[in-house]
Amino acid sequence: MSFFNFAWQWLIAVGHWSGPEGVPSRLLEHVEYTALAMVISAAVGLPAGVIIGHFGRGGFAVVSLANIWRSLPTLGLLILAFVLSSGASWAWLIPLVALAVPPILVNAYEGVLGVDPDLKDAATGMGMTPLQVLFKVEIPVALPLILLGLRTATIQVVSTATIAAYISLGGLGRYIIDGLATNNYGEVAGGAALVVLLALVVQFAFSGLTRLIVPAGLRNQARQS
Amino acid sequence: MSWASQNASMLAHLTGQNAYLALLPVLFGLVISLPLGIACVRFGWLYPPVLGLTSVLYALPALALFVALIAYTGLTDTTVIIPLSVYAVSVIFPSVVDGLRSVPEPVRQAAVAMGFGAWRRLVTVELPIATPVVIAGLRIASVSSISLVSVGSLIGIGGLGYLFTDGEARSFTTEIVWGVVLIVALALVTDSVLVLVRRLLTPWQREVASTHPVRRLSVLGGRPGGGDVPA
Repeated sequence: MSFFNFAWQWLIAVGHWSGPEGVPSRLLEHVEYTALAMVISAAVGLPAGVIIGHFGRGGFAVVSLANIWRSLPTLGLLILAFVLSSGASWAWLIPLVALAVPPILVNAYEGVLGVDPDLKDAATGMGMTPLQVLFKVEIPVALPLILLGLRTATIQVVSTATIAAYISLGGLGRYIIDGLATNNYGEVAGGAALVVLLALVVQFAFSGLTRLIVPAGLRNQARQS
Repeated sequence: MSWASQNASMLAHLTGQNAYLALLPVLFGLVISLPLGIACVRFGWLYPPVLGLTSVLYALPALALFVALIAYTGLTDTTVIIPLSVYAVSVIFPSVVDGLRSVPEPVRQAAVAMGFGAWRRLVTVELPIATPVVIAGLRIASVSSISLVSVGSLIGIGGLGYLFTDGEARSFTTEIVWGVVLIVALALVTDSVLVLVRRLLTPWQREVASTHPVRRLSVLGGRPGGGDVPA
């Protein structure tokens, strides 16, 4: 029997759709973890990236550091945070934020840094104050890259939240980890299918969001990056 | 330190396994991305749909793909290698396309004027110029691959990731820290090797690293006479 068969059989079983261990509550948990981690990461990464990009200093160090950061293993950080905090209920948040901040920061930095200097001169010439230039010109022009960073980070957080079930967090990863532990492949397959669906929804939601809020004149650039 | 020296042979074995499970997919990714990228540059309409597909595949969580493949390939190395190869293609393929597109038009035309056929032009002109961008993609792909392998330890095939699950089961911090350190070290070594390979393959970049590709050509003596040739 194929993966899809297993997943389908498990998903259509009525008992799996209600109660605290049912699909709706697990899905909600997964979305809550992702949202919380993303709000914190964006609150740290976006201002930092925009400020570094605006002043154009320290960028090289930030980008090099972000590249090394990429090699940090998610599962290792997760388990390390869990063991070091003696199983604190917030332990999962540390690796999720640690992984989400770099793509948000680097893309915001590169987006703002890459804004055409002529554009900024023109805005200043029109009488805009430095803050107006930042918020009305630099950030909107950098928006395609900023959104790309947010999308990359969200996708990574959705994946990592799945793995976080290993340190007894809720969410959709619960089905995969529990199914593996009890040799119930149907549960594993059902959980995996749901996680894949969630990742696809996030991916397409960001494509839609980009189309909605990126100014029309910038859309071609968005597709390139 | 004493734990690590007592378990040195296990650590060496796991590091080797981690390198194998991570880098074989990167090799597969390169082998798939090169013809795919070349085709997408030749036939421009092919690029957007293929890029869309690879970026969707890249979004799929590793653990979900690993367990989905168990139904077909069982608990074997293949189960980890296939998803990692898919991720490698999503990273390397766009860099092949960007690299080939970075070839300046005058260079291409010069090759045509010298009588190079499409194949010879690709191998001796376009691919060498694309090399730095392709290697930039390879660096990202191999570093992410090395760290992603550890997720495989949740299904028992995870190289150094074994130290994480084992360390968790025993609440033994030293073991977990060694896992993180060795993975980062393996990634740094691989990255340095790729930088070295790039230097060896593109010796002209060292002298005029930051100049425009066209100007690099004049260093190679590529502009006959140095004067403007009337069109």
